[in-house]
Amino acid sequence: MTRAKRKPARPKLAVWKFSSCDGCQLSLLDCEDELLEVAEAVEIAYFLEATRAEVKGPYDISLVEGSISTPHDAERIHKVRRQSRVLITIGACATAGGIQALRNFADVEEFIRAVYAEPKFISTLGRSTPISHHVPVDFELYGCPIDKYQLLEVINAHLNVRKPVIPNHSQCIDCKRAGTVCVMVGQGIACMGPVTQAGCGNLCPSRGRGCYACFGPKETPNTASLAKWFQNELGDDHRTVRDRFRGVSAFSESFRKESEAHD
Amino acid sequence: MPPPDTPVVPSPTPTPALRLDAGRLPHLLAVLTADGRELIGPVVSGGAIVYGPITGADDLPKGLVDDQAPGRYRLVAGESGTYFDHVATANSWKTFLFPPEQKICDIAHADGALTVTAPPVDAPARAFIGVRACDLRAMGILGKVFDNGDFADPAYAARRRNALIVAVNCGRAGGTCFCTSMGTGPKADGGYDLALTEVPAGGDGAPAYFTLVAGSDAGRRILDRLDLNRATAAEVETAAARVAACADSMGREMIADAAEMLGDNLDSPHWQTVAERCLNCANCTMACPTCFCSTVEDVTDLTGDNAERWRKWDSCFTLDHSYMHGGSLRRSGAARYRQWITHKLAHWHDQFGTSGCTGCGRCITWCPVGIDITEEARAVRDRAAGT
Ligand code: SF4
Ligand code: SF4
Ligand code: SF4
Ligand code: SF4
Repeated sequence: MTRAKRKPARPKLAVWKFSSCDGCQLSLLDCEDELLEVAEAVEIAYFLEATRAEVKGPYDISLVEGSISTPHDAERIHKVRRQSRVLITIGACATAGGIQALRNFADVEEFIRAVYAEPKFISTLGRSTPISHHVPVDFELYGCPIDKYQLLEVINAHLNVRKPVIPNHSQCIDCKRAGTVCVMVGQGIACMGPVTQAGCGNLCPSRGRGCYACFGPKETPNTASLAKWFQNELGDDHRTVRDRFRGVSAFSESFRKESEAHD
Repeated sequence: MPPPDTPVVPSPTPTPALRLDAGRLPHLLAVLTADGRELIGPVVSGGAIVYGPITGADDLPKGLVDDQAPGRYRLVAGESGTYFDHVATANSWKTFLFPPEQKICDIAHADGALTVTAPPVDAPARAFIGVRACDLRAMGILGKVFDNGDFADPAYAARRRNALIVAVNCGRAGGTCFCTSMGTGPKADGGYDLALTEVPAGGDGAPAYFTLVAGSDAGRRILDRLDLNRATAAEVETAAARVAACADSMGREMIADAAEMLGDNLDSPHWQTVAERCLNCANCTMACPTCFCSTVEDVTDLTGDNAERWRKWDSCFTLDHSYMHGGSLRRSGAARYRQWITHKLAHWHDQFGTSGCTGCGRCITWCPVGIDITEEARAVRDRAAGT
């Protein structure tokens, strides 16, 4: 008995949103030229930002955007994990808690009273936390927003069962490879590059600005030494140093500890 | 006992010095351009002097000098209105001889077979303008790494062969230079096609000039087309005195016994001390004109049928550099700093028969937290001696 040879089913891709601004999901839509190719290689089974059509799980690859900041989020992420073979967090929110994790350093009740006319309708957690604090994560993609080429590379690598080429090294390596003259040494501009993971495509230093650490901490960051240089050589006070480490990756472990040392 | 060091650059017998009026520098550059060469020389970019493409003398940073210190670089107006009184540039010639990102090959997969296509070697005819003694030495060192017969990199060799070197003897020492103590400068002692020494205009109204010698046949052929007079003995002496004064004013030096001393102190407590400051950011290795490490990255298209293999500058300050089955060997910052300084100053001798350091000072200037290789070597020695 012979059976008709069937084309293997395309892997199913889902994109999930938690507490976030949608910017990272938009990076996927922004892959204009490549999106058709992606859509051919995978079945986009769940992606509300792009289409209302939903295909039931389980999913081969789940891209998760956003942090866990509400009781509802905290429940829902477990459902996503159960339905996902590979779970990839995309962006600073999902990977480090995002800018909304600034609440973790303050009293969230006070914020709610100050901001909302009817605080009683607000149901939120005291802290905004990364996905990895709640469920196991297979790959974390940094960036605020993520870089679309890095996103394509991660999807591509998973489809081809290889390691994604996403280096964990400093932004400085990308500056030097691109021939960008160091703005800190050359102009005395404070730069987070030496403790920040490369990946943005060298956006700020190549335009004469210091790095804001959008791509989170690099491997083995030496935050204390850089903070000391900011203070002793560039004239930062404690508050300024604290704020430099308290950006979109404020709640990553190394940046959190450094900013707290300057509270 | 490591084998004795071997010469890095050939020592030519230079031609007698000619005199080139400073105002005729454009003429020299025009002759080189007419020779079919792309000119690469010092230009201002991003607040610093870097080596980049130039079209003529107007692109040169005339009158500017660089104020360099550990972790600090500023351009300021010089006193003598010279073309070449700046010192080591932010980038180095490595950028042109061993580009930061090179595609090695395309790999296509079809009908069960792999086809590998290497791109053609990109090695344009160039003239490198303003090469310093330390950087000439760096090219000699890179030559031992990449153009050594057994393990030659043909692309490196072709780029180096196609570059005509116009050296400049330094007339001013920079704040982080230490070539004198490394025996590499400030006077170019070989490996060049032409070498210039710049003499600024005198207070008595004497115009600025260069003395110019050739160190190769290619250099002599260029000189033949310039129609220049011999420099007088006094002019040659004035030029030489300027270079000698530069050597005397060098404020930084490497300790004499660095190679052996570091080899004896692999367990120094100082490695931990420097690791507290070191950001393991890799700027030093990227800026260094002799650091040659690279990584290989493979990328595929979505179908997996087409791949590209790229070679990119890497550094012993990354975890990936020492990644082996099971993890990275050099996990601590202390181990990574030790790898860098012992390779540059000690193990390079065993590997290549020369120091890996030329004393150019780039790693000191461009370290974001001002870590100074000469100070760190001294500190390891002093701690071992208990002082
Ligand atoms: S500009 Fe910033 S990121 Fe770039 S080399 Fe300098 S410190 Fe590093
Ligand atoms: S180790 Fe430092 S001083 Fe020595 S050649 Fe490299 S960059 Fe220059
Ligand atoms: S010092 Fe480090 S980066 Fe430089 S050549 Fe040696 S191992 Fe490579
Ligand atoms: S010595 Fe300086 S430039 Fe080199 S890795 Fe350490 S901090 Fe970076």
